[in-house]
Amino acid sequence: MKTKILLPFIIVSFLFIFFILYVGLNRSNIYIPETVTNEKIPTFKVKVFNSEKKLTSIEIFENDIYYLLNIWASWCIPCRDEHPYLMELKKNKKLEIVGLNYKDKVKNANNFLNELNNPYTLILSDTDGTIAIEWGAYGVPETFLIYNGKIIKKIIGPMNNNLFKEIESVVK
Amino acid sequence: MKILNFLVIIIFLFNLNVSNANDRNLNSKITKNLRCLICQGQSIHDSDTEFANSLKLVVEKKITEGMSENEIYEFLKTKYGEWILYDPALNQKTYILWLLPLLLFLIGGAIIFKNLKIKKN
Repeated sequence: MKTKILLPFIIVSFLFIFFILYVGLNRSNIYIPETVTNEKIPTFKVKVFNSEKKLTSIEIFENDIYYLLNIWASWCIPCRDEHPYLMELKKNKKLEIVGLNYKDKVKNANNFLNELNNPYTLILSDTDGTIAIEWGAYGVPETFLIYNGKIIKKIIGPMNNNLFKEIESVVK
Repeated sequence: MKILNFLVIIIFLFNLNVSNANDRNLNSKITKNLRCLICQGQSIHDSDTEFANSLKLVVEKKITEGMSENEIYEFLKTKYGEWILYDPALNQKTYILWLLPLLLFLIGGAIIFKNLKIKKN
C-alpha cells in the first residue's frame, strides 16, 4: 500500500521539478524593458546644459507636438552611430528633439556637438544620472518618443534605419 | 545657561547621528534588494557601474524625501518592473515560488508525524 502511493508521488514530484527547471532554464535572465509603453512622462526638475537655469518636465514638454528625448554622452560610442539619424529627424518640423546629456563633461559634450552638429532644440544636464533613472533608463543611448505627455515609444540602444523609419511614419 | 546650551547641542548632534545611521541602514537594506540590470548576479549595493551609482543616489534622495521602503520599491517597479527586486512580491506569477516551500514543509511534516505515530503504536 505504502509503495503504491510512494511511487506515483516520487514520479509526480520529479516531473514537477523537471517542469519548473525546464521553464526556468528557457526564461531569459537578461532585463528586457518594454519598448511600447503608454506611461506618463516623469515629473522632475532639471538643469539646462551649459546654464544655471532649471526647468520642470511640464515646462519642457508643454507643446502639442511630438518630442524625442535622447539620452546621450560624448563618451558613448553608439551615440556617434545614431547621430546622423537624429540630424535627419531634426528636419521634421512636427518633432522637437530634446537631449539629456548623461554624466558628461561640458567641454567634451560641446566638442562632440561641434564635431557632429547639434540636433537638439534643448539640452538638459544629468550630471549624476538620477534624471535618467526617473525615465527608467539604464544606459546610453536611450530615446523616448513623447506625445501629449505620454511616452509612446522607447528605444533602447542606438537608433537604426528601421527605428528611424518607424519614428518618421509616426510623426508625419 | 552655558551648560544647558552645551547639552542641547550634544543631544542634537547625537540625534542627528542616530538619524543618519538609520538612513544609511535603510539605504543599504534597499540597495541590497535591488538587482543591477546591467551586471547579472550583482545587487545595486555591490555594483559600481554608472547605473548602480545613479540608482544609489536616487534611493538616498527618496529616503531623504521621506519615502518608505515599500514606496521606493513601488517607484522603482513602475520604472523597471518586478525584475528590479530580488525579493519578489506575492502575485499570480510568484504563487508557486512562495507557496511551494510551505507545501513541501507541510507534506514533510505530515510524513514525519505519520511515521512517529506508527512507531509509537
